[in-house]
Amino acid sequence: MNQIKREIVVIGSGPAGLCAAIEAARSGAQVLLIDENAKPGGQLFKQIHKFFGSADHRAGVRGLDIGEALLKDAEELKIEVWLNSEACGIFDSTNVWVVRDKQHSITVQAQRIIIATGAVENSINFPGWTLPGVMGAGAAQTMINVNRVLPGHRFLMVGSGNVGVIVSYQLLQAGAAVVAIVEAAPTLGGYGVHTAKVRRAGVPFYTSHTVKEAHGNGHVERATLVRLDEKWKEVAGSEFEVEVDTICIATGLTPAVELAFGSGCMAVNSPALGGLVPVHDETMRSSNTAIYVAGDVSGVEEASTAMEEGRIAGLCAAHSLGYLGQGAYEARLGVLTRNVNALRSGMFGQKRREAKEYIVSSYGAHR
Amino acid sequence: MSSTESREKRLKVDGAVQISELHQTAEYILPDERFTKPVAVIECIESIPCNPCETACPVNAIVIGDDITTLPKIDPTICTGCALCVAACPGLAIYLKQQHWGPSLSYIAFPYEYLPLPQKGAEVTMANRWGEAVCSGTVIKVIKSSRFDRTAIIHASYDSAFYEEVVTMVRL
Repeated sequence: MNQIKREIVVIGSGPAGLCAAIEAARSGAQVLLIDENAKPGGQLFKQIHKFFGSADHRAGVRGLDIGEALLKDAEELKIEVWLNSEACGIFDSTNVWVVRDKQHSITVQAQRIIIATGAVENSINFPGWTLPGVMGAGAAQTMINVNRVLPGHRFLMVGSGNVGVIVSYQLLQAGAAVVAIVEAAPTLGGYGVHTAKVRRAGVPFYTSHTVKEAHGNGHVERATLVRLDEKWKEVAGSEFEVEVDTICIATGLTPAVELAFGSGCMAVNSPALGGLVPVHDETMRSSNTAIYVAGDVSGVEEASTAMEEGRIAGLCAAHSLGYLGQGAYEARLGVLTRNVNALRSGMFGQKRREAKEYIVSSYGAHR
Repeated sequence: MSSTESREKRLKVDGAVQISELHQTAEYILPDERFTKPVAVIECIESIPCNPCETACPVNAIVIGDDITTLPKIDPTICTGCALCVAACPGLAIYLKQQHWGPSLSYIAFPYEYLPLPQKGAEVTMANRWGEAVCSGTVIKVIKSSRFDRTAIIHASYDSAFYEEVVTMVRL
């Protein structure tokens, strides 16, 4: 089998992986960036809205433009990028088995690995959920914003977190009708400014409601909604139907941890950040000291947070190999840590901040 | 229940704020009849980590400070009505307003990211925070500038009886 050596291998070229690769390369390390997709950028290029945060996080800039800028940085730094390349496993701590173009196996002996594999959409099931027309909100977002295909005309959105309301807004922009956004909880999940955007476009919200059933002959034609009581039980007789041809599920994400756990990284349960995640310290180092994690795989947050975590992982992985003097390293780490903490401030950030603190505090016990 | 909790209650159920909820927010400042030009109005009542409005303002009329979850506060007497913050706000939560722009007419300039765009001079239907039709309006101009990064800003006049109620137009 082919075998090559690289100093740092970054797996996943979404916001976290791209930023990790850029930061590590800037620090002087030799970096190989691997992605299973035909194009780099992960979910960044379907984020057509302007991002939150501050100037440090490129706030006010649309996600796809941030993606373009990062690709340019990666190009200028001459970062080696392998696309259509699947990291199938990590063996003996630092050997990454990669299959390129679904044809060639190659093992990359890395000194450090940064896992930035992102997350997968959660589903909920209900009678009719296998009908064509039921899909993840992220899938619909990819279709409209990347592939420019509108998968339906009348949408039901299940879930009112930021993904649910942002994708609803973008469906309206793509020319679709969003008939309703249902939320099982008694209050809406997303930022008020996002909910206000779709509300003033005439989209109704139904809190304490969920989808009970999807109906249709061969594809979704209608959905039955039902009210939930304070114990989240369906209220008999409260059912009503909406005419929709597509049902989008936006009920959260789960970290894509297979590669990390398969390589032996220890897990910690973080319900607020999507479930089991690799335990890591404040430098994003996992229980396997040669493996770092960043972005949604280390706990589901937002692209802005993923980018800052990626930079931290890239910086610290490079520093652990002897790159950057102690002073320059500490100064940069201070800046990046401040940036990521700013994104976890305020009432919306509190849960995520506490969850991250718990993960980091668990690190010692797992070493 | 604290005022913050009650204020956010309807927002977190309906998806939009009641005007009465806005009035409980010190940072929401609607320019009164003394203003002789449109100035920015900010409807940002949740502490989210965000400050592009402050960064965008060329005259420092909007203040957030080092803690970027602080609600933005505008000084409308400094605001020049340049609309840079309107386009910079990722939440599309800022518009310009003037109460007495013409006889019984108010003025609004709001962000708009849908196609088709209305034409200058067109009669459109102005809408409230729930997307409900409120009154008719006349499009004065449609600004598309590279500085606004693909967010169009629609300037329109409408019946001043609905000065505070109107925030946008019904989509075409």
